[in-house]
Amino acid sequence: MSSTTDIDLVPAIATRREDALTGLGKMVSQGLGWARKYSLFQYPFVTACCGMEFMAVASARYDLDRFGAALPRFSPRQADLLMVVGTINVKQAPILKRVYDSMADPKWVVAFGVCASSGGFYDNYATVQGIDRIIPVDVYIPGCPPRPEQVLDGIMLLQQKIQDQSHKLIDREKPALPAKG
Amino acid sequence: MSQAAIQRLQERFPAAVTGAGVSRGGDDVALVKREAIGEVCRFLREDPELVFDMAPYITAVDYQASEPRFELIYQMYSTKKNHRIRLRVGVPESDPVVDTVTGIWKGADWYERYCWDMYGIRFAGHPDPRRLYMYEEFVGHPLRKDYSLRGRQPLMPERPVDERFRGPGPTGG
Repeated sequence: MSSTTDIDLVPAIATRREDALTGLGKMVSQGLGWARKYSLFQYPFVTACCGMEFMAVASARYDLDRFGAALPRFSPRQADLLMVVGTINVKQAPILKRVYDSMADPKWVVAFGVCASSGGFYDNYATVQGIDRIIPVDVYIPGCPPRPEQVLDGIMLLQQKIQDQSHKLIDREKPALPAKG
Repeated sequence: MSQAAIQRLQERFPAAVTGAGVSRGGDDVALVKREAIGEVCRFLREDPELVFDMAPYITAVDYQASEPRFELIYQMYSTKKNHRIRLRVGVPESDPVVDTVTGIWKGADWYERYCWDMYGIRFAGHPDPRRLYMYEEFVGHPLRKDYSLRGRQPLMPERPVDERFRGPGPTGG
């Protein structure tokens, strides 16, 4: 696993803003990233059969708790990982958008299964062809449904991504609020 | 068993029942004229020998090339007599209106809304003639054979939500 530690030390994408951070800021950012990646409170937006696989991966045999992502919060206001599990149709799209907008920053999104990622084989009039047409997505997990190992791999990818992002102790930037509606 | 029901129906409505037969699955089928479907259903429901007190399924078929283009299919069952029949009603494309049977079976409500949503067959006298599956802004009827294969339509903004269901929110209401 030596290659993983190399990636740990060198961020995959070094933005200008990251370069401008002081050494202390970097340490704080890494610490916050470490804390955040191991305390993912998830909101399962379960609409279809992938939910069975989600239950499998969340319960004892595969156990998402090992990755610190065990506690589903059934309010988006308490969650920071939105798991979109299943087919999203056009009628449901505004609900998903509202759930995403209700979540507090920082927040991440996982498209669980091929329907959430791209519409899957529902290539028809009713289905949104991938939730990235509505909300930004961090990790796509393919599969119909994905095997639990794939989900665990996706969670690990997301943790890597969170670790590599820049975090601030106090973010003075005003968050972008959704349009009133 | 339901052959007797078909016979009784033919005797009672010789003009409205244009044909009868047995379907491939073994159900007894009667072809009924569109104008008479209301009184035929009322008779099937209320006749003491038939008592079709349940309409388990109502759906439609689009035979695009033939005339009449659509066909409504009423599946009926009697929980008292334990027999079932099927009615087939031709509906022309130029005037796709049929009398509602929601006054006879309350459960027909959503099936008729489904037929309106997917095939564009209207039901005169229906108490709530909205779409069932698709949203109000959707244009067309997706299960018609001439609806394009993918036929995607734009995403919809959220409908206004009653303030009873949520608080003022970050934008202050």
